[in-house]
Amino acid sequence: MAIDKAEIEKIAILSRLKISDQEASELSDRLGDILAMVDTMQAVDTSGIEPMANPLDASQRLRADTVTETDQRERFQQIAPATEDGLYLVPKVIE
Amino acid sequence: MHNNTIAELAEGLTNKTFSSEELTRHYLDRIKTLDGQFNSFITITGELALAQARRADARLANGDAAPLTGIPIAHKDIFCTDGVKTSCGSKMLDNFIPPYNAKVIEQFNQAGAVILGKTNMDEFAMGSSNESSFYGAVKNPWDTRCVPGGSSGGSAAAVAALLAPAATGTDTGGSIRQPAALCGLTGLKPTYGRVSRYGMIAFASSLDQGGPMTRSAEDAALMLNVMAAFDPRDSTCIDQAVPDYSATLNDKLDGLRIGLPREYFGDGLDPEIEQAIQAAIKEFEAMGATVKEVSLPHTELSVPCYYIVAPSEASANLSRFDGVRYGYRCENPKDLQDLYTRTRAEGFGDEVKRRILVGSYALSAGYYDAYYRKAMQLRRMIKNDFMACFDEVDVIMGPTTPNPAFGLGEKTNDPVTMYLEDIYTIAVNLAGLPGMSIPAGMTGGKPVGLQLIGNYFSEARLLNIGHRYQQATDWHQQIAAAAGGEK
Repeated sequence: MAIDKAEIEKIAILSRLKISDQEASELSDRLGDILAMVDTMQAVDTSGIEPMANPLDASQRLRADTVTETDQRERFQQIAPATEDGLYLVPKVIE
Repeated sequence: MHNNTIAELAEGLTNKTFSSEELTRHYLDRIKTLDGQFNSFITITGELALAQARRADARLANGDAAPLTGIPIAHKDIFCTDGVKTSCGSKMLDNFIPPYNAKVIEQFNQAGAVILGKTNMDEFAMGSSNESSFYGAVKNPWDTRCVPGGSSGGSAAAVAALLAPAATGTDTGGSIRQPAALCGLTGLKPTYGRVSRYGMIAFASSLDQGGPMTRSAEDAALMLNVMAAFDPRDSTCIDQAVPDYSATLNDKLDGLRIGLPREYFGDGLDPEIEQAIQAAIKEFEAMGATVKEVSLPHTELSVPCYYIVAPSEASANLSRFDGVRYGYRCENPKDLQDLYTRTRAEGFGDEVKRRILVGSYALSAGYYDAYYRKAMQLRRMIKNDFMACFDEVDVIMGPTTPNPAFGLGEKTNDPVTMYLEDIYTIAVNLAGLPGMSIPAGMTGGKPVGLQLIGNYFSEARLLNIGHRYQQATDWHQQIAAAAGGEK
């Protein structure tokens, strides 16, 4: 199944990945190959089959809504690219 | 010392033939001298290792040692290590020093094991050849022109080159079993939920599972005894008693019912690998096992199913890498979108980007039912195939891989061909079953892996079957020439 350049650009935006024009053309071939392989599963009749998200059909274990972690903000922010006054810095969002 | 298994090294430590510090220095020296030709380590933790070794020696002297106390171990660079760089094979995390330990690392620390370093891997565990690593390809010790397999390729090469007695790995579609097969090791992927994923950098959360890579099933049992533990911090970790995996290694195999899936012996299987597997099956028959043909009819569809499920989960998991809280950040972002899109474009390699894009596509509006939902339905059919087999047999056996180790660069330009190398391992992750690869022959000087697949939580039985086979054969004792035979 082919996937055109416009579609590649759309999913690149969804993926938050900057891609060049040249990369978009290459990706269109590569992803086309992968999707062609994946599309072989469309031939199987899966009607009436319950989708399986967890191999043991286990559901999410819940815990009591109580604080169990200690405040380690300074430690965690030591590895951040940019912080100030305990906040993470990003480029200006609002003018 | 480096020719010994963990079990033998532990005896040496107990008998004071050598200390953990001596043992650790020996392995650190070997890594320094020999790893240039394999590239199996990303980080060597020399000082930490020696400090841990000295603490282990104190424990040994006090008589409160556990089975792995003082044993040096290499860890895949996917397990977070407090204060030690954890890169996941990516430029994105080249500067990442975790502020905490993964549960698996905590378990090894508690056992008194020594961390030699962090091993090379495919970027974010996405690959079957270890060629997608930001830190360069790993070479197979059996033939340095060939790949070691992936994604736990550094762990496999390090153990096969005798640079570590054992290593940890992770397996999402075969990433423990395939490199174990290609490097002549014993590699076990436990049941989904048996080993905590806390602090194990996520690729596809419903498939990922950590496990041991060793030189014998006996060693794998010792490792799994440490790794398997309930952990409330991983919401999918199973709260079920952990047996002593060493206790049942010698159980008899009389009456063991082996199933051979006809789909695992068809087109595309290397004839010499098939011969080696058939010879191994004969060995089991001689030990009292019975053999019958079984069928896993959706085997071929496990590859497409996996290449929807895994990239979909990856595209969600990897959205956390945004250049804000930790990891790589692009220079001079002009606005927030530019920060996100350029950080991710510059920080991720090609294979990771491809999978994020495929995942985003499969999950995007209008395609969800045709791809993700369809794959999850197929996933249940694949699981049902296995369940039907386990009504008739105790263990499924077949080749781990269709081919022996392939050449570096041979498949990098053709992702789909690379994906098909995982045809026999992928379904096991989709079903969440335990699977193990053990050495079972050689072809053209390269190891052949026999895969054992068991029902849920049958790790003890798989290790028992592997151990009995290794008592009767010596394939697991073969050593690559590049590792050097001297003691």
